Amino acid sequence: MAPPPPRHLLLILLGFVAAASLATLAAAMYEDQVGLADWHQKYIGKVKHAVYHSQKSGRRRVVVLTEENVIASLDLRSGDIFWRHVIDKNDPVDQLSLSLGKYAVTLSSGGSILRAWSLPDGQMVWETNLEVSKLSKPLLHILSNNKVAKDNLVLVAAGRWIYAVSSIDGVIAWEKEFSLDGIEIKQVLQSPENDILFVVGIAGSSKLNLYQLNAKTGEVVKHIQESFPGALCGEALLVSRNVLVALDETRSGLFLIEIKGESISYNKVHLSDLVQDLSGTVKLLPLMSNGVIALQESSTLSLLKLKGIDGLEVIQSFEQPAALSEALTITEKMKLLPLCTIWVLKLNLLSNLQVIEDGLASILDVITSELPVEKDGVSVANVEHNLFEWLKGHVLKLKGTLMLASADELAAIQALRLKSSEKNKMTRDHNGFRKLLIVLTKAGKVIALHTGDGRIIWSNLLPSLRTSKFGEIPSALGIYQWQVPHHRVMRENPSILVVGRSGTDSSAPGVLSVLDSYSGEELNSLRFDHSVVQIIPLTLKDSSEQRLHLIVDSHSRAHLYPRSPDAISLFLHEMPNTYFYTVDIEKNVIRGHSLQKSCYLSFDDEYCFSTKELWSIIFPSDAERIAVSETQKMNEVVHTQAKIIADQDVMYKYLSKNLVFVATLSPKATGEIGSAAPEESWLVAYLIDAVTGRILHRVTHHGAQGPVHAVVSENWVVYHYFNLRAHRFEMAVIEIYDQSRADNKDVMKLILGKHNLSAPITSYTRPEVMVKSQSYFFTHSVKTMAVTQTAKGITSKQILIGTIGDQVLALDKRFVDPRRSVNPTQQEKEEGLLPLTDSLPIIPMFYVTHSLQVEALRGIISIPSRLESTTHVFTYGVDLFYTRLAPSRTYDSLTDEFSYALLLITIAALVAAIIFTWIWSEKKELSDKWR
Amino acid sequence: MAAAPLRPRLLPLLLLAALSLSLAAAFQSDELLLLHDDDEFEGAGARPSPPPPATVAAASSRRRSSDAAASGHTESSVVQFSLEHDLGSGFVPAGSFSARLKSSAHGSQTLTKLRFTRNELTRDEKDAFEKLLKEDGFYSIRLQSNVLDPARKDYVVSSIKARCIPHESLDEHIVIHMDGVNILAVNYGSVGGCQYPRPMKLPSKWIFNSYTLLKTAEQAPRTPSFVDQLIEAENGLGDVVKPPEKSFWAKYWMYIIPVGLIVMNAITAAANVPEGQAGEQGQAGAQRAPNAAPRRR
Repeated sequence: MAPPPPRHLLLILLGFVAAASLATLAAAMYEDQVGLADWHQKYIGKVKHAVYHSQKSGRRRVVVLTEENVIASLDLRSGDIFWRHVIDKNDPVDQLSLSLGKYAVTLSSGGSILRAWSLPDGQMVWETNLEVSKLSKPLLHILSNNKVAKDNLVLVAAGRWIYAVSSIDGVIAWEKEFSLDGIEIKQVLQSPENDILFVVGIAGSSKLNLYQLNAKTGEVVKHIQESFPGALCGEALLVSRNVLVALDETRSGLFLIEIKGESISYNKVHLSDLVQDLSGTVKLLPLMSNGVIALQESSTLSLLKLKGIDGLEVIQSFEQPAALSEALTITEKMKLLPLCTIWVLKLNLLSNLQVIEDGLASILDVITSELPVEKDGVSVANVEHNLFEWLKGHVLKLKGTLMLASADELAAIQALRLKSSEKNKMTRDHNGFRKLLIVLTKAGKVIALHTGDGRIIWSNLLPSLRTSKFGEIPSALGIYQWQVPHHRVMRENPSILVVGRSGTDSSAPGVLSVLDSYSGEELNSLRFDHSVVQIIPLTLKDSSEQRLHLIVDSHSRAHLYPRSPDAISLFLHEMPNTYFYTVDIEKNVIRGHSLQKSCYLSFDDEYCFSTKELWSIIFPSDAERIAVSETQKMNEVVHTQAKIIADQDVMYKYLSKNLVFVATLSPKATGEIGSAAPEESWLVAYLIDAVTGRILHRVTHHGAQGPVHAVVSENWVVYHYFNLRAHRFEMAVIEIYDQSRADNKDVMKLILGKHNLSAPITSYTRPEVMVKSQSYFFTHSVKTMAVTQTAKGITSKQILIGTIGDQVLALDKRFVDPRRSVNPTQQEKEEGLLPLTDSLPIIPMFYVTHSLQVEALRGIISIPSRLESTTHVFTYGVDLFYTRLAPSRTYDSLTDEFSYALLLITIAALVAAIIFTWIWSEKKELSDKWR
Repeated sequence: MAAAPLRPRLLPLLLLAALSLSLAAAFQSDELLLLHDDDEFEGAGARPSPPPPATVAAASSRRRSSDAAASGHTESSVVQFSLEHDLGSGFVPAGSFSARLKSSAHGSQTLTKLRFTRNELTRDEKDAFEKLLKEDGFYSIRLQSNVLDPARKDYVVSSIKARCIPHESLDEHIVIHMDGVNILAVNYGSVGGCQYPRPMKLPSKWIFNSYTLLKTAEQAPRTPSFVDQLIEAENGLGDVVKPPEKSFWAKYWMYIIPVGLIVMNAITAAANVPEGQAGEQGQAGAQRAPNAAPRRR
C-alpha cells in the first residue's frame, strides 16, 4: 500500500475543497425547481427593418432587424421567435435581405462584413469581409433569380467599389472599382432580360453616371454621363424599371430621370406642388413597388404614384408612421396592396408580440413598488372550495417525497408548482415576494411587471415623453420613488416619478410626471423651465409622504420638488447638511458642492438654490481619465458595524454613505485590450469622501487596462479590470476600516457608558482608516456588476456578475475577502476564511441564470424582499430575467417544497401511537392487578 | 525639579519634530517611488538614455545602486506656488509653498522638500474669519493644479466649516495629493477632530499652525500566483507536510467515553443483581468489558 502520489492528493484536496464550498455556499437549485421562482422573457427590440418571407410549405416567417442589433426570424402567426442573434454593438447591422429563399443576408459594420444566415435554423452559413470606405452608405442588392449562374450573386456597393459575392459560399465572384473621381454608387439595378447590371453613381454633386456591367464578370459594357442643372443631394430611388427619382440639394424638388437605352432624359417636379405644408427634412424612403415612392417629412409620410415621366400624384399620406418595411417583394399585380401588407405586417407583429416588444428590450431604469394590501373578508366558500384541491396537492407532493408517485403524477406535481396561483396574486404577501417591477424604457414608456410570472400589469407611454410634431425627440432620464405610503396615508396608492428631457441636448428643459404605481395613470405632469443634469432623491419626506427631490440644472442651480411650503420648511432645516458632487468625465474633474439660499434669478423663486463649490479633484488629463465612479445604493442597510476577527479582536467598518469609488485609467489604457503596452497603462483607484473631497485611499495598479467595472457596498469595493502583465482579468477588493473607533473595544468602558459610540460623526473629522486589499484572477470579462441587497443586511452578500456570456454569476463575497491567507490558522478557518488562491473559482452552480442567457445583458438590480434571507434579482438586456436569490439559503422560512401533509401524518401517527400505547399499558396494568 | 523648566522648551521642539516627521514620511514615500522607478530602469537596461549626458546618467545610476540615498536627477530647481483662501469674498493669497522640482533621468518629474509659509492674518481677514465663525460658514483654500504652468487656471479647492479650525491657535492640516508634478487634490482639515454640533469658539491666538503632507499613490501589490507552487507540487518537489501525530486520547476520546459509560453502567447493573447469581456473572462481565473496549477501536 504505497501512499498515493502527491498529484492525486492535490486533486483529492481540491475536490474536497470544492465539495466543502459547495456544501456551505451553493444556493443552487434542482432541475425541477427551474421556473418556480424565476422567469425569462425573450425580446428582440424595436424593429427597424423587416423582410417578409413566405415559403410554399411551412409557416410564414418574417426576418427582422431591430434597433438593439438583433436579427431574428419570427413566426408571423404567433410571433414566436424561431431564432435570433444578438450582434455586438460595435458591429451595427444596417442591411438585411433574403437570397434564394434559403439565406438571410446581412451587411454590417458600414458594409464591411457580409454574412449569410440559414433561414430555417439561423445558423451562419458564411461570412465575408469586404474592404470598403466607411464613410459611404453601403448598398446591398441581391440579384433576383439569375438564370445565367446557378447561384445568386449578392452585390455590395459602397463608395466607388462594387463587389459581387456568391450567395452559396460567400466567395467574391468579382470586384470592380470605378476610377471616376468622387463617384459614389447610389443604386444598383438589374435588367430582367439580359444579364446586364445598371449602376447609378453620382460624381461631385450634379453628375449622374450610368454604368452597364456584365453581371457575370463585372466588365463595364457602357458608360453614360449626364450633368444636371441643379445639384443632387444624393438620395435616389429607382421607381420603375427605367425611371429614377432623385432629390435635389435643397430637398424641395424631385428629378424624374428616365433611362432610355443609351440616353438619359429628366424632368423636375417641385415638391410643394404635391404636398402642402412641407416641414422638416424630406427623405425618400425606399419602397420596392413599381411606380410608387414614399416621401417622409418630419411627421407625415406621403405615398406618391408616378405618372410616366411627367409628374407624380399623391395617393395617400399618413400621420406619424412608426416604420416602413422596405423590402417587401411585391409583384406587379399588387400595386396598392403593399400598403395594406405593410400595415398588416406591422399590426401582426405588434399584436402578436403584445406591443411591448420594442420597449422591454431597451430598459433604462428599474424601481419596485409594493402591491396593494389584501382586503379583509375572504369568503369561506372560497376556502372550502380550495380545501379539497389543497389536500390533493399536498397528498401528491407527499407521494413525490416518498418516491411513490408515477410519471404522470410527477408531471402533475410540476404543473401544480408552476401554476401555483399564490405567486401571481395582485396583493402584498407576507414575505414580500410579490412586487411590481416598474421599468422605464428608452422610448419613454413606463411598464409594470409582476414578479410572479413577469406579466405586464400596466403600461403607459408618457405623453410628455412622446415625440412631438415639432421634431424634438424627448429622452427619458430616470424613474424614482415619489410617494411610498406608510401608516398615516396608507390608503393612498404609491406613486412614482419619471424625469425626462424634452430634447436630446443636456440643456433642454426637463419634464416630470408622476404616475400611480397601481394603475399607471399619470397623476401630474410638469414642464420645467430649467434643464436637468442631475436628480438627487433626498431622504426627507413631507407630511404626505412625498419624497423630496433636488434637480440640478446646467447652471449648477438646485431646484426642490415637490413645490410645497411643507417641503421647503423641511428642507431648509436640513440644507446645511446637504452636499452633492458631480463627476465631469469630459473635463476629468470631480467637484463637491453645498447649497446656498437664494438663486440670483430675475424673479424670486424660493425653491431654487444656488450652489457653492466646496472641493475639486482635477485629474491630469495626460495621465488619468475617469473610467468609472460608483457609490453604494442609497437604500442599502448595514447590520453590523464591526467585524470580529479570528483572535477575538474587533475591526470597525468604515461605514459612510458618502464614500465614492473612482477609477481612472491612463489615456492609452482606455482602448481595446492589446492596444497599449503594460508600461503605459495603469489604473488608479480612489476612495473619496463626497462631503469633504478627502481622498481616503489611492492605489495604482500598473499594467492594468479597462474596461473597469466596480461595485460598492458596506465598507468594501470590488472592481474588475484586465491585467496586461498576467494576460488575465483581475478582480480587486478594497475593504476600509475605521481606526479611530478601534479603542472602543474596552468592555468596561462600554458598561460604564464611557464609550463614544453614540457621539455624532462628522465628515470634517479627519478619519483614520485602515485599508485591506487583495486582487484575484478572474476568468471572465464582465458586462456589469451588482451586489445582493437584503432587508436588514444580515445575510451574507453575493456579488452578481453579468458575464460576457450574458449570464449572471453569483459569487460569494467570501471569495473576495482581502484577509484570505495562504495558510489560515485554525481560528481563521472557524471564522470562515478560505485559503488564499490566485484565482476566483467559477462553479457552474453559481450561475443564477442556470441554462438561460439574458441576451445583450445591460443591468442587474437586486431588491430586498421582506424576508431577510431572500432578495429579488432582476436582470435586463434585450431579454428579461427575474429570480429570487437566497445568498445564505432560506434560513428563516420553510421552503415551498415543505410537505405539510407529511408533517400532519407524522403528528397524527404519533398521537395515535401514544393513545394506543396508553390504552395498552392501562389494560396490561389492570390484568396484572387482577392476577 | 529640573524637568519643569525644560518643558516649555521641549514642546515646540516636539512639535517641530512631529512636523518634520510628517514631512519626512512624505519624502520617504517619494524616494521610494523614485528608487523603484530607478530599479526598473536599471533592470530594463536596454532603454537608451539621452546621448549627451549618457555617461553622467550611467555614472549616477551606478552610484545609485551603491548609495540609495542619492537620487539620480539631472536637474533640480525650486518651484513656488501660492495658497489662496476664501473668507467669503473671493480667493486671495494666503501663503506660499516652495518645493524642489526633481526631474529624473527618464523624464518624470516630482516635487520634494515642500516648505510652507503662511501670511499673517490682517485685521480685515480676522474680522472676516470671525464673521465666518459666527455664521458657521465654509473656509476654502485652493492651489493651482499645475504648478509648472501657472497660466492654466485650474484650481483644486478644499473647504471646511470654519468652526472646525480654532483650537488654541488656528490649527490646519493640509494634505496635497500629487501625481508627478500635478496637484491632483488638496485635502484641508483641522488638526484633531471636529465635533458636531459645532460650538462657536474664538482662538486665543490668531496664528495658523500648519501641518502639510505630500502624498503620492501607493502601488498595488501584485496578484499572488500559485502556479509555481502547483507545478512544484506536481513534480513532487514540495513535500506534503504531515500533520503532527495526535495523542491516543485526543484521537479516540469520543469512543472511549461512551464505552466507559457503558462499562460503568454494566458494573452498577451487575452490582444490583441479587446476590445469589451475582458472584460469578458480575465478575465475568466486569472482566470482559475492559477487554471489549480495545477491540472496538
